[in-house]
Amino acid sequence: MRSALPMVEAPGAAEIEALRPDFSHPGALAQRLVLVDGVFAPELSSAMPEGVRVRSLASVLNEGRADLIALLAPANADGADPILSLNAALMQDGVVIEVAPGARSDDPINLVYASTPGGPSARFSRSLIVVGAGASIRLAESLHVRAARADETFSGLQNFNCLQNFNCLIASVGEGATFNHTTRMTGGEPGGVRVESLIASIGAGAQFDSFALVTGAGLIRRQIFMRFQGPGAKSALRGVSLLRGREHADTTLVVEHAAPDCSGRQLFKYILDEEATGVFQGKIVVDPLAQKTDARMLSKALLLSDTAAMNNKPELEIFADDVACGHGATSGGLDADQLFYLQTRGLPFAQAEALLLEAFAGELIDGLGDENLAEVCRSEVRAWLSRRAPPGVHS
Amino acid sequence: MRRAYNLRHVVSTSPPWSRYDRLGRLLLENRLMLEIRRLNVSIGGRKILDDCSLTVEDGEVAAIMGPNGAGKSTLAYVIAGRKDYRVESGEVILNGVDLLALEPDERAARGLFLAFQYPIEIPGVATMTFLKATLNAQRKQRGEAELSTPDFMRRVKGAAERLGIKPDMLKRALNVGFSGGEKKRMDILQMALLEPTFCILDETDSGLDIDALRVVADGVNTLRAPHRGFLVITHYQRLLDYIVPDRVHVMAEGRIVKSGGKELALELEKSGYRNYLTDPDQAVA
Ligand SMILES: Nc1ncnc2c1ncn2[C@@H]1O[C@H](COP(=O)(O)OP(=O)(O)OP(=O)(O)O)[C@@H](O)[C@H]1O
Ligand SMILES: [Mg+2]
Repeated sequence: MRSALPMVEAPGAAEIEALRPDFSHPGALAQRLVLVDGVFAPELSSAMPEGVRVRSLASVLNEGRADLIALLAPANADGADPILSLNAALMQDGVVIEVAPGARSDDPINLVYASTPGGPSARFSRSLIVVGAGASIRLAESLHVRAARADETFSGLQNFNCLQNFNCLIASVGEGATFNHTTRMTGGEPGGVRVESLIASIGAGAQFDSFALVTGAGLIRRQIFMRFQGPGAKSALRGVSLLRGREHADTTLVVEHAAPDCSGRQLFKYILDEEATGVFQGKIVVDPLAQKTDARMLSKALLLSDTAAMNNKPELEIFADDVACGHGATSGGLDADQLFYLQTRGLPFAQAEALLLEAFAGELIDGLGDENLAEVCRSEVRAWLSRRAPPGVHS
Repeated sequence: MRRAYNLRHVVSTSPPWSRYDRLGRLLLENRLMLEIRRLNVSIGGRKILDDCSLTVEDGEVAAIMGPNGAGKSTLAYVIAGRKDYRVESGEVILNGVDLLALEPDERAARGLFLAFQYPIEIPGVATMTFLKATLNAQRKQRGEAELSTPDFMRRVKGAAERLGIKPDMLKRALNVGFSGGEKKRMDILQMALLEPTFCILDETDSGLDIDALRVVADGVNTLRAPHRGFLVITHYQRLLDYIVPDRVHVMAEGRIVKSGGKELALELEKSGYRNYLTDPDQAVA
């Protein structure tokens, strides 16, 4: 990995104030929690749904609440993973979200990562969400991309682009709860580095789904450590990565079945153009007592140029005997028959290709269950496709 | 209008003129639509079309019959512009335009349509989205304005009703999970909407039940017009009872070996293709 840049200083009141216009217009995200350079900014955040309590990581650590502190340092991942160790050492702040048992909100809580302008720098945050038993909640993470302001010079913007984000989210999903998580790792940071860790433990009978849309950074790593803690839980982890140039995106998964009767589905798709590299390493671990586990993992990559590359490393570690587990990986180009069929109907090659690529990504976006978010994702996919090099360059 | 376009194209893009003496005459009479001249095509080093020649005149319905593997679908694909075949020599001219120089979508914009022997499933692309995209893409290529949504909906609904296509099929992904017959109807729906000037139907009848066959044949018959040609590939005389051809061509071993009127289909029904495979003297290339 590239070297970590110097850590950014905690934002001052004036810097936070300067971001206010971005969050005070009518179209601003509702139910939002804003981290500025990794530090929780209540001034920029808005009201939470009923039954949801939010504090900064710093205040929770000061309070010394042992239950939350234990969750903030999960045994299944910390220590084993260098990125998490780095995050533990350097985390500046974050949010702690407690969702009361039985609380419900159909609209997502938006966790927004904003940055102040300045020289190349790194920011580290660690957040926790505790979803109480039987609660039903959505959490949507996204990167706040600031519009250029008149008083900012071009070089200021360039520096703004050289950011490193190391964010970690820990989720504890209670019995019978439903937790739907999405993250859009999108926004123009050609030289940027983004490393997101998601550590989830899933209680009995709970449902945990996560979706990631990844575009537009130099180096991206997304890692998920997930454990089925109680029986009868279900989970679907999905992601779409769109990469070009010399971008590199890595999805690393460890799904541990520590309880019986759980069903886990993982499907990650990549569209790789130019000299981009995709990585998928997924590991399913089935503990001896996790009988009747139903686990399936799949990665699918579309390579749009000869110089793009996809690396797959699926692993199964199964210690129970009555389980259904499988993993697979496909990579290749677009289907020539489909392209030809569309062309014979009058669609120029580039348009036929775009239609198929949109459909490839759209399969996962359609299943999001949040139409607003789905539309945002679709338009981001379209925007990415519209920036493709004209046909003939690769074909 | 079209005549002027055709002639201009021949003159400007296909010298030398002398090769087109006969074509030129037909064009001036505005009778020739498709001309395939001595087409040689191979795939993976194996020759599939062998000096294949065929003409279809304006407003004509031509049928091609022939044994499995004769090269019928290959001919259809090469006319439509599929890339994996190697065209070694020969010409394909549609309405005076050299098709072999064009991309498949450009051929479509010039009025060519191929109903596939096996229509392709396109997961994730809603049928309506697809229909609208194709219709507007072709209009754009021809310099016409995009259709308004109500106008588009009206056209699709009307055509779907005539072809017995249920509205819920239009909401699904294109051809995905459609039965064989449903896929064929969907291809004919596209043909009806795109209003091509030259239609190739590759075994559109196979896999159709008797009612569907009649519906599809009606679809074709309503499109029959003085300025629209058809090339109907089939194994069965039955289709030709519904779509009565002006000409019947027999294809064997990569070329047209006999041409005749509609009675030729009846003859084939009785005697099969044996003659055409064993006796090269029968060939009328
Ligand atoms: N992509 C390909 N690769 C290799 N051989 C091919 C390919 N496409 C066609 N062929 C061969 O070319 C020959 C002609 O095939 P084609 O599909 O054109 O026949 P057809 O006349 O349409 O037959 P049918 O009546 O069975 O549809 C066959 O021997 C076939 O195996
Ligand atoms: Mg065939």
